[in-house]
Amino acid sequence: MLSKRVIPCLDVRDGKLTKGIKFQGNVDIGDPVETARLYYEAGADELVFYDITASSEGRGIMLDVVDRVAREIFIPFSVGGGISTVEDMRAVLLAGAEKISVNSAAVKNPDIISQGAAAFGSQCVVVGMDVKHVGVSEQIPSGYEIVIHGGRKAMGLDALEWAKTVEALGAGEICCNSIDADGAKTGYELTLTRMIAEAVTIPVIASGGAGNPDHMADAVTAGKASAALIASIVHYGEYSIKDCKDHMARRGVKVRDIW
Amino acid sequence: MLAILDYEAGNQTSVRRALDHLGIPSRITADPAVIADASGLIFPGVGAAGQAMRHLTATGLDALLAEQVAAAKPLLGICLGCQIILDYSPENDTKALGIIPGQCAMFNPALTDEDDQPIRIPHMGWNKVALAKECELFDGINPASEFYFVHSYYPVPAPEYVIGITRYGLDFCSVHGRRGLWAVQFHPEKSGRPGLALLRNFAAYCQEA
Repeated sequence: MLSKRVIPCLDVRDGKLTKGIKFQGNVDIGDPVETARLYYEAGADELVFYDITASSEGRGIMLDVVDRVAREIFIPFSVGGGISTVEDMRAVLLAGAEKISVNSAAVKNPDIISQGAAAFGSQCVVVGMDVKHVGVSEQIPSGYEIVIHGGRKAMGLDALEWAKTVEALGAGEICCNSIDADGAKTGYELTLTRMIAEAVTIPVIASGGAGNPDHMADAVTAGKASAALIASIVHYGEYSIKDCKDHMARRGVKVRDIW
Repeated sequence: MLAILDYEAGNQTSVRRALDHLGIPSRITADPAVIADASGLIFPGVGAAGQAMRHLTATGLDALLAEQVAAAKPLLGICLGCQIILDYSPENDTKALGIIPGQCAMFNPALTDEDDQPIRIPHMGWNKVALAKECELFDGINPASEFYFVHSYYPVPAPEYVIGITRYGLDFCSVHGRRGLWAVQFHPEKSGRPGLALLRNFAAYCQEA
């Protein structure tokens, strides 16, 4: 029986770890390689690195981080942020990541999804989507809209339609992030998570809003997600990975409990 | 020295990094002399069966693999390697290596999980392996351990080759082969400590063989 995954997300800028609250006011909290190793030892099922570096020098630093992580941890990890071509994908995968995550680049150029899937296999291609609740309209029938640039730019694209599109284009997984819930720690946007998870047959990772392990259990039960992405609740030591999994198990969720 | 077969199918470097971490000497190679000299062969792979087989056939590695197995060289197939070691895969309608009798099948999307929800495809994440018979690859590994899977097709070897079973909508064979010729559907190189232990067990077997 497949376990529900617990996935810490590490924001990286210029090779250093940060954690953004509502995508703003990021502060450095450490070395990403060391943090990755600690989460690996602590029982994380997978890791996500999100590179918020803008510069090309920073991109090179990130590849070095990926290489060092791949030498120290032996669970899957994905890298997102700033990946917009097949060559960007290749560089990150060769450096040692299992998966690459595309977000804004896929919205601007959906072909990147099918190109990545053809070149490396669907299992490598995660599509991250940042979603905002806007209410039902003719243009946005689901009431949820795709936004980019950390939520600053609305795309006039319906989240539900987009999820089906990316699956058809060959995405292997969707990471569904609620901009409204992100950083608020009041729980995942379960209506959104469930809507997306029910619309596709590929795995969906719930992202944005985890404030405690109960929220994580909600995401993979009521939200129907295959995995729960977490950040600040573990980054600041409030809960350990084991706390999260123990609680999920008490809620009847199947988790990987020995590692 | 273990040879990791290089046929442009993805995860060779991940396997290499895991062996490096364990202090097990290895080389990523397609050189017949190096392969012949190795104490064991790892046959990795991610991606599609058709393309992988075309590459193996074009380079003559298909015949080399068969020769090495016939000469009792220990072999560990991983993921796609665990599938194309069989006779046939419906993925791209591919005639495969035929080293172990059997074929592959695709997960049926109509299958349901324990919560009566349709299974998601690919089978992606951590799952257990129940051993149907003893297998020294699993020596010292807690039977409740989980391994990392990512695949849409699964192996269906001849029944006498079934070693381990995993549940995902149905019971499928996740480990098959015979002593010294093993194939695992999961990725030991990405399965944390239990996966590393399995690679160490394989290397130890190769050294003694």
